[in-house]
This record gives sequence, C-alpha cells and structure tokens, in this order.
Amino acid sequence: MKKITILVIVMCVFTISFFSSSLQEIQKKGVLVMGTEATFPPFEFVNEQNQIVGFDVEIGKSIADKLGVKLEVKDMAFDGLLPALNSGKFDIIIAGMTITDERKKVVAFSEKYFDAGQAIVSNDKNKKFSSIEELKGKKVAVQAGTTGDLLVSEIDDIKVTRFSKFTEAFLELVLKRVDAVVIDYSAAEAYLKTNNKLYITSPMLSDESFGIAVKKDNMALLEIINEYICELKEDGYSQLYEKWFN
Amino acid sequence: MDIMNSFSLLLNGAWITLYISGFSMVFGLVLGTVIGLMRVSAKKYISVPAGVYVEFLRGTPLLVQIFLIYFGLPAIGMDIPSNIAAVLALSINSSAYIAEIVRSGIQSVDKGQFTASTSLGFSYFQTMINIILPQAFRNTLPTIGNEFIALIKESSLISVIGIAELTRQGQFIISRTFMSFEIYAGVALIYFVMTFSVSRIFKAVEKRMAIA
Repeated sequence: MKKITILVIVMCVFTISFFSSSLQEIQKKGVLVMGTEATFPPFEFVNEQNQIVGFDVEIGKSIADKLGVKLEVKDMAFDGLLPALNSGKFDIIIAGMTITDERKKVVAFSEKYFDAGQAIVSNDKNKKFSSIEELKGKKVAVQAGTTGDLLVSEIDDIKVTRFSKFTEAFLELVLKRVDAVVIDYSAAEAYLKTNNKLYITSPMLSDESFGIAVKKDNMALLEIINEYICELKEDGYSQLYEKWFN
Repeated sequence: MDIMNSFSLLLNGAWITLYISGFSMVFGLVLGTVIGLMRVSAKKYISVPAGVYVEFLRGTPLLVQIFLIYFGLPAIGMDIPSNIAAVLALSINSSAYIAEIVRSGIQSVDKGQFTASTSLGFSYFQTMINIILPQAFRNTLPTIGNEFIALIKESSLISVIGIAELTRQGQFIISRTFMSFEIYAGVALIYFVMTFSVSRIFKAVEKRMAIA
C-alpha cells in the first residue's frame, strides 16, 4: 500500500511539472513551446522543406533566443489553440491571433505586433464589396473560430459554412459552392499569389491587431515578450515585414 | 453565449449527426448485404469485384474517402452537396464492413440448411432470402450493432466538409465561450446517449430473434 502511494505521489509530481510553463520552467526545459496553426501564410505556413516558417515563427524564434532556449512549434487547429494554451500544451501562441475582449477573458495578450483586417475573397473578379454587410443573403465560407468567422456570424442574413482549415474554405469557393470567403487580408494576399481563380474583392475591412497570447498567470514571460516587441518596433520591424510580405 | 443557447446549438448538431448516421446505417446495411451476398457467390465475376470493393473501402481512411467524394469528384464533373456526400461516404464505408459481417454470418450457417432447402425445391435466391439470411443476421446482430455504434462516432469526421454536426457545434461553442471541458463533456454525453440507445435497441432485437 505504501509503495503504491509513493508511486502515485511521484506520478502526480511529474504530471504537475509537465503542465507548468512559468519562466523558470521554460529556461530549465531549454525549450519555448509555441502553438500555432501553420495554414496562414505569411505568418505561419509549411515550406517546401516541410518546416513551419513565417513572420510569427521568426518572432517566436527571437523570443526563444532572448530567453536562451530553443523554439518548438506545435501545429494544431486554430480554434483549439486557446484551450490548449490554458491546459499547458504550449507556452505561447503566435498565430496571427487578433486581440479581442472575449479572448482577453481567458488569456493574457502582449502588446500588438501587427495591424490587420479582413478581406472578402471571391471567385468573380468583377464583384466588389465594400463591407461585410454586403454579404447579406450570400453563402460565405470561413475558418472556424477566427475573427472572420465572428464577423460574418454576427450578421443574420449570411449563410456561413465553417471549415477547420482555410484551404478547405478556398476549395469551396473555387468549386462555387459558396460566394465568398472572409479571411485576413495578408493571408488572402499570400494565398492568392499562387491561385489565379480567386480575387480579393474588398478593401481591408475591420480593424484588428495581432497579439501574442500567454496563460494569464504567466506575467514574467509576458514582460519579456513585450520587451521584445518594443525592441522590434524600434529596430528590425521593417526588415522583418519586408522579408515576409514582399 | 448562454447555457440555453449553447445547449440548443448542441442539440441542432446532435440532430444532424443523428439523421446523417441514420440514413448511412440504412443504406450501408442494404448495400453491405448485397455486397456480402456477392462475396459468397461461386461465380468469380461476381465475388472478385465485390472483394476489391471491400478491400479498398476498408483499406483507406474514412477521412480520405470523405474528401475524395466531396472535394475530389468535382474534378470529374460530379458536384455533390455536402449532406449527400457525407451520407454517401459513410454508407459505402460502412457497407464494406457490413459486407464482411454478412459474409461471415452466411458462412456460419450450417451447410445442411442450404442442402435441405435446395432438396425441397427452393432456388438459390429463395434459400438465401428465406432461410440463410435470417439466420445469418441473427448470428451477427451484435457485430452489426457494433458497426452502427462506430458509425455514429465516425460521423464526427464529416465536419471537415463544413457540416455543423455535433462535434463541430461543440468546437463552435468553445471558440466563443472557451469552456472546453464543459462543452466537450456535454458532447461526449450526447454521443453516449445516442450510441447507448442503439446498443439497447439491438439488445432488444437480439432477444426477440433468439431461439432459446
């Protein structure tokens, strides 16, 4: 009986230690684990060598360097990122994630590191939309859980289909099963570079900022991240932007 | 999003899961029985194609089959709406497993039954339909019930073609409320109610069909 209790206690200690992600833990482990969904160029995507790269990934690497550790990137579905962060599956989320009040209720966000907005993508180059409201009565595909999804869901008259990945939403559009896809403007630009059947048919809509998310109690890590973002904005931001956006 | 709202969304999803699984079960059973009969045929030109059908459908992932039907077929001109694509994929996938179950059920019926009925003047088909198949089904009812329960759970895969079934609705609610544990627990509970009901129904049918 005694041996079993000791075994259980040891197992609990091990399990608990796997779930913490405070600053000391990260430096002890030597790894900063970053959660993202690698289907969002140029922020995070899989390159031809099957590695996850992008604007966000580089920021992650720089933060890891600042902490003196390695970066490990975990790829998972976007709408699972926040719950996974809170259950300790990773230390930070850098995933082109917009800072919203709803999300601030469950995680802590860094200072914004990117200004973004949505685009309406259509398969008809002659269509021009100037706002999300103009999608009323149309069929729209989005990626589940993104701000694009939230935006179109607020309007009752839009028939929304939600997909796990943007690639599938675009497939629907190419196959003309939906009239439009609502997606982040820069991601739309990046995707459409290699796709000549789809077109961006709106200006940049809505006004969003991306932030890096950490668990709410991880203030020490958040401070370091904000320090890095400040440093980046003072020097290096435009080079990073050039590298990934042109 | 409040509790009542979330709950009704989950129920919507559950309804979709239920009716898509339901249609798939029916079509899968019918198609599977036909293929199973083909498998036991003595004529090679019948049993071999049926064999290929079964091997291919069992040997490829259901997810890939769903994608092929919904996103792949349009390339050869067949554009199928998502609901129908889902039922199609689930039915034919299930039919492959049911075919094997039916085949084993038929083969487990005493050869004597077949000899006796042919000597009484029944044709091959009459024997199959009136004598052999009923016994085959009685033997394999638990396994078929298994397959149906698996079908209900596998139906969560159809969310990848945009269908707002139960699991997807759960994820939708979580993406807005962030209450992962509570919602997933609720989703699991609803799946359990569905599968347990199927299991109970099959138990009742087995009882009625039992000899002893």
